[in-house]
Amino acid sequence: MERFVQIENVNMVFETRSGRYVALKDVNLNVRRGEFVSLIGHSGCGKSTLLNLVAGLLAPTHGVLLAAGREIAGPGPERAVVFQNHSLLPWLTSFGNVYLAVERVFGMSESRAQLRRRAEEALALVGLSAAAGKFPHEISGGMKQRVGIARALSMQPMVLLLDEPLGALDALTRANLQEELMRIVAASGTTTLMVTHDVDEAVLLSDRVAMMTNGPGATIGDVLDVKLSRPRRRLELANDPAYNRYRTTVLKFLYDRRQAAA
Amino acid sequence: MSRRRIQREFMSVVAMKKENAQAAAGASAGTIAVSAPAPPVSRARALVQAMQREVLPPVMGAALFILLWALVSATTELPSPLKTWQSALQVFSDPFYQKGPNDQGIGWNILRSLARVGMGFGAAALVGIPLGFLLGYVGFLNRMFTPIISVLRPVSPLAWLPIGLYVFKQAQPAAIWVIFISSLWPMVLNTAAGVTQVPHDYLNVARVLKLSPWKLFSRILLPAVLPYVLTGVRLSIGVAWLVIVAAEMLTGGVGLGFWIWDEWNNLNVEHIIIAIFVVGFVGLALEQAILLMARRFRYER
Ligand SMILES: Nc1ncnc2c1ncn2[C@@H]1O[C@H](COP(=O)(O)OP(=O)(O)OP(=O)(O)O)[C@@H](O)[C@H]1O
Ligand SMILES: [Mg+2]
Repeated sequence: MERFVQIENVNMVFETRSGRYVALKDVNLNVRRGEFVSLIGHSGCGKSTLLNLVAGLLAPTHGVLLAAGREIAGPGPERAVVFQNHSLLPWLTSFGNVYLAVERVFGMSESRAQLRRRAEEALALVGLSAAAGKFPHEISGGMKQRVGIARALSMQPMVLLLDEPLGALDALTRANLQEELMRIVAASGTTTLMVTHDVDEAVLLSDRVAMMTNGPGATIGDVLDVKLSRPRRRLELANDPAYNRYRTTVLKFLYDRRQAAA
Repeated sequence: MSRRRIQREFMSVVAMKKENAQAAAGASAGTIAVSAPAPPVSRARALVQAMQREVLPPVMGAALFILLWALVSATTELPSPLKTWQSALQVFSDPFYQKGPNDQGIGWNILRSLARVGMGFGAAALVGIPLGFLLGYVGFLNRMFTPIISVLRPVSPLAWLPIGLYVFKQAQPAAIWVIFISSLWPMVLNTAAGVTQVPHDYLNVARVLKLSPWKLFSRILLPAVLPYVLTGVRLSIGVAWLVIVAAEMLTGGVGLGFWIWDEWNNLNVEHIIIAIFVVGFVGLALEQAILLMARRFRYER
């Protein structure tokens, strides 16, 4: 088993005004090349924290993280992040937001026309060619999320890190984007780590679902192997007994830990 | 803003009137107006209410002010509003005359004061805005300079005039120096505050992209901080315009401050009052101009 992303004995302690807060304790997880892994858990358990550790935006208090065999010392474009709140720059258009990333990654080796084409292609991939010239405040929440995804994909990252990329979307948009995401990730074969708190989303999209216990001292309680063939179709899966078993497993895991979250 | 609101309300009233006229025409032609608009009486009342709320108070304020002024001038030697008005008509009938170095029209005085403010303020912007970025971004520099700035900022800019005179040996650059000092602090402090308030999300984007320092500055910091910079610019111009009168009183030359001082020596109190209003209106115009510019550079979240 090739370990592309390795998280080994990671502890994360925050120094807060009211003292030390142990967010993560002894977290271990390996992600294979091309694998899609979801992190699921109750709100505030430390999913974003773990993702930011892989992104390199945070440094672990203890333990080590590796990507492609090298220690993660800081953030970089080879590990693209789609942030929980999309984080588009409000003074740039959709195109401008994507172009900034494209220019950074390919600017050294490609002509301006090629860079523009890359940005346009990334927007087309998420179905937003028409909104290329619009500013973030002029487009809907779902469109903003898609621009954020286009920005990350345009960088052709080694690892794609998604922090609730479809959170705060209505069910219909969400379902559409889930399918787009599956298609895009399958086509590019990008290794993906996605945070979610939606059970259906986790099972539908993932090869494995890492289920996190509640904080403080959260860790990965269990990892579920989702052995469903691809391409997966939501409608067909609705009556698939295996799919429903996976769903129930995750739901039960979360349900058993609901008290502490309340 | 309030002026805009009046305008908007006025427009909507006009629009409604039109609509109403059309509806009436439609009714007389035997058609049925689909949306029944409210009766015209309430619209006229809306206009009256808007006037009462937005126009009446400032007009009353000005009237009260002039009344008090007239009362005071009736019992003292202060020139009456009417006398001042007549004098103002005379002053502004020939604003650009030149009779020697110390006797020039009001237009020249205004322009020379503006030029001094422009130079001092421009130099302060060139120094203050980059310095503000550095202080905001580099915590070490911030901690290094904050104590000095905290001590120097409350000092009246006029206290720096003798230093300017001593160093430059001339009145002109000394006056500009005072303007420079007075407009420096608001720009430094606002720019620095703006940099520290750039949302973490945007900086995280920059970190993930590993943007070069220049790209980080031009694509993220500058656009994010620009609204703060412009606030600093607005405050700076305000202070500079506040200080220029006093500085010119002390240094002489052509300019509004010197004009006031000169007219005091001539005991021409009407002109002093005119100068006070001129300073006020020019200051207001400067502020509004910057506000207009700031609106262009504001971005929507
Ligand atoms: N910079 C920080 N300083 C102090 N505490 C932090 C910091 N970042 C996160 N925490 C704490 O760590 C815990 C985990 O936070 P995190 O944002 O990772 O949760 P999450 O699982 O992503 O939650 P959600 O599903 O609501 O996004 C929380 O209790 C939070 O208060
Ligand atoms: Mg989170």
